Amino acid sequence: MESLNSLLDGTLVSTGLFYLFATFTLVCAALVVANPFSRNPVTSAMFLVLAIISMAGLFLLLHAFFLAAVQILVYAGAVIVLFLFVIMLLEIKEELRRRINLFGFFAGILSVGLIVRLFIDCLHQSPATSAANPSIEGDTAPLGKLLFTQFVLPFEVVSVLLLVAMVGVIFLSSRDSKPRISAPSSGTEPGVGKESTAVPQSTAPTTASTQTKH
Amino acid sequence: MDWNFIIFTLVKIVAVLGLLHTIAGYAVLAERKISAWIQDRVGPNRTAPPFIKYVPVLGTLLTRWGIFQPAADGLKFMLKEDFTPAGVRKIYFWLAPAVSVIPSILVVAVLPFGSYLGHQKMVIADLNVGILYTFGIVSLGVYGIVLAGYAANSKYPMFGGIRSSAQMISYEISMGMSVIPVFLIAGSLNLTQIINWQAQHGWLFFYAPLSLIIFLVASFAETNRTPFDLPEAETELVGGYHTEYSSMKFALFFLAEYSNMTASAGMMVTLFFGGWSLPVFGLDHPATTLVAGIAHILIFLVKVCILMTLFIWVRWMFPRFRYDQLMDLGWRTFIPLALVNILITALFLWIRS
Repeated sequence: MESLNSLLDGTLVSTGLFYLFATFTLVCAALVVANPFSRNPVTSAMFLVLAIISMAGLFLLLHAFFLAAVQILVYAGAVIVLFLFVIMLLEIKEELRRRINLFGFFAGILSVGLIVRLFIDCLHQSPATSAANPSIEGDTAPLGKLLFTQFVLPFEVVSVLLLVAMVGVIFLSSRDSKPRISAPSSGTEPGVGKESTAVPQSTAPTTASTQTKH
Repeated sequence: MDWNFIIFTLVKIVAVLGLLHTIAGYAVLAERKISAWIQDRVGPNRTAPPFIKYVPVLGTLLTRWGIFQPAADGLKFMLKEDFTPAGVRKIYFWLAPAVSVIPSILVVAVLPFGSYLGHQKMVIADLNVGILYTFGIVSLGVYGIVLAGYAANSKYPMFGGIRSSAQMISYEISMGMSVIPVFLIAGSLNLTQIINWQAQHGWLFFYAPLSLIIFLVASFAETNRTPFDLPEAETELVGGYHTEYSSMKFALFFLAEYSNMTASAGMMVTLFFGGWSLPVFGLDHPATTLVAGIAHILIFLVKVCILMTLFIWVRWMFPRFRYDQLMDLGWRTFIPLALVNILITALFLWIRS
């Protein structure tokens, strides 16, 4: 562990790795939304996985080992697999033929511009201290203590938010198909149960109806 | 830059990779031999290089045990025609075997396969969040299968891929929750410290047997082995996600399955059966001599082999689950059971403290 830390602290290695991961994150994130070679949604999802994995690399360089592991475990391992699951079940063909929506394009540019502006403002206002001594040094105990003492209210609110989304999806997907309630559990339910917010609400009923057709 | 650290780590990586692939290769042989014994057959007993029959006694014995079979299998896979069907999505078709094999190799990086050899810790990366790293990497393994199913662009591999994504995500949850009592008891996520705790207090298997059962069943599901081999169920799906694959690409899926099996056996040994420690002959202390260091590595390997024999035995003894039964077992039995297990362990520790 000590030698690994010293390797991460070596300025040349860690600076090089930072630029590598940062470039990789940005390039992959750009390819998720605007890929000149392929309009395939599966390709977008796979680039999202790559972007998330390289972000985990950035967390590693900040000595946040727990966050890096959880980043891969939750986002790459569960959420995007469910994206893929939905994409593959629906077999979205229209996406390949879809033309660029002019209004959407400008709205996107506008919101990206606003977010960049926000970041620049934040950077200007924050004091320019480097994060030299990370408080959460790989160990999970301090993080757990913070989550269950100082930040317990936001943490619980986020959980309730997830629960609300989950209940909403279950309600929407079972409203127009009464027989499903008596039927034994089918393949879609685990997907909905695990990370309900990952499934866009509008697609949930469609997923259910494709399942019953099979 | 710490050149010593880099060189020793590279040596360890090469050694562990070599060992992992050897074990994976011979696990295939063990699978064939054990299945043969269970079904009252002989198994592979005649593959040998031409000159080996002139070696007295040993030659015929090794041939009869099928020692040379894995080499022949590997050669066959490499020399076979690598056929790419016309309708496949080419990029994903090439990507999928690699994506499924890489996580299965990366997982072993945090496994402590011995205590000390000289001054070197016998683990490639002694992470503080060791087990979380493992779960993170294991959860990436599902992409290989999903992409293989998608790339084939045909019906049955697609079903295999979709089945597997649901199955593996479902069982990851119960797998992750099953090990929480272990960390509550041992008080650390670092695998080396968990083994040290077990060396002092006894194997965690005796403290958390329910965790072991859930972990074992979940790892059958995660490695896609019978009784949960639905992603490749031959009788329903032709061959599942790897129907369209041949030659070395198929061999990579095969390799991924067996190295996943090795890795999860290693994980179980580490978490529940004391890792490299053995409570006799003073072998439960980190080694100070070279002999003790080698003995610890051998103990670890023997434990892994015993668990892998269990994996193989289960495959040939039990029939496959139906898909709804599999989901039912995962969501309605194991997840509540794992939650209750966490609660009981926490209450017990609270009362005792």
